[in-house]
Amino acid sequence: MSNKSCQMCDIAKTQVVRENQVLRQVLGICSSLAVTNSLNNSLVMGLGLSFVTALSSFTLSAMRDIIPHRVRMLVQTLVIAVYVIFVDLFLQAYLPEISKQLGPYVGLIITNCIIMGRAEAFAQKNPPVPALFDGLFAGLGYTAVLLFVSLIREVLGFGTIFGMNVNFLGFTTWTIMIMPPAAFFIIGSMIWFLNARGLKKSAPKAK
Amino acid sequence: MPNINPIIIFFASIITSNMVLSNFLGMCSYLSVSSEYKTATGLGMAVTLVLVITTALNWVVYKFVILPLDIGYLQYIIFIMVIAALVQILEMAMDRYMPDLHAKLGIFLPLITVNCAILGVTLFMVIRSYGFLQSLMYGLGSGLGWWLAINMLAAIREKLANAKLPPGISGPALGFIITGIMAMAFIGFSGIFTIQ
Repeated sequence: MSNKSCQMCDIAKTQVVRENQVLRQVLGICSSLAVTNSLNNSLVMGLGLSFVTALSSFTLSAMRDIIPHRVRMLVQTLVIAVYVIFVDLFLQAYLPEISKQLGPYVGLIITNCIIMGRAEAFAQKNPPVPALFDGLFAGLGYTAVLLFVSLIREVLGFGTIFGMNVNFLGFTTWTIMIMPPAAFFIIGSMIWFLNARGLKKSAPKAK
Repeated sequence: MPNINPIIIFFASIITSNMVLSNFLGMCSYLSVSSEYKTATGLGMAVTLVLVITTALNWVVYKFVILPLDIGYLQYIIFIMVIAALVQILEMAMDRYMPDLHAKLGIFLPLITVNCAILGVTLFMVIRSYGFLQSLMYGLGSGLGWWLAINMLAAIREKLANAKLPPGISGPALGFIITGIMAMAFIGFSGIFTIQ
């Protein structure tokens, strides 16, 4: 039992911190850039993606022995699309406001490389339950990055956090932060920072 | 159907609402296949070709299959199947009739199925309820805009290949920052056309 729970925490640590899908693997970039101009959108998008990744990894792992190798891409895409339709219908029914703001990006979860990546790299070789957690934590790692980026963008761009005003000092909000370039700069700098830190850590060993 | 001149949609989707620089679509292949100018040109050409055909085809499918049968909730599955099938057919047809072009673009075609720009353009077209000609121009313009962006990035990266860079920035981080600067430059065009 302890062995099993440690496999879980291993998966969690790898997916959220060490091999973060966005910052380390540079996957799933499209949506992480597009929806991060407000925290609400990022949260909904992140949870939606975690749901789809977890369940599609679970399903594909359960079916991994009966899918013919040659058509597996097609099967993967179809399974993912089914779960994305769940998310889309749920958002349209219960959060119509956010659904409208996210627009096509909910549908674009289908082509998010994180999901296909987890299905190919992990779910194909592992039993369903670890695959479920692997997908879930990959999604949560993505959510964490999204929330961090949108925190910077929302505070500086609108002066709000989750729509609540925090602009007590009355500084002038930076319009550039809610425009596309800021997203590129922030994610670029985060990847740069992590790489530079990784280089520094490994430099003494190399000597 | 919004009454926008298709020509305006064409130019707007290249300049003011560029796929990459303002809608963030197709980023994965944009970043990973942009270290060489020549390869970038090949991919850009392939994306443009597929975009034009799939957008037109998906418009027809949406109008004459999805709407009359009232199966809007299946639209994602249908669109993605149309795209996957079309890319497959295109690859086979190209191999048979245009081997030269196939040698040039063949390796990029499978990559394109999962390029989110393709599905993204289709979904934007449905949400904005464009007519046929508008959709065609939107697909063409988006493809050319994507091509322009990836060629610019590849050209800049080739120039930077021998430059001395700060540690850790090379690779995707550099791609992001260059793209950020490009996007900022493209904001300068905003206001010329508006389509949203």
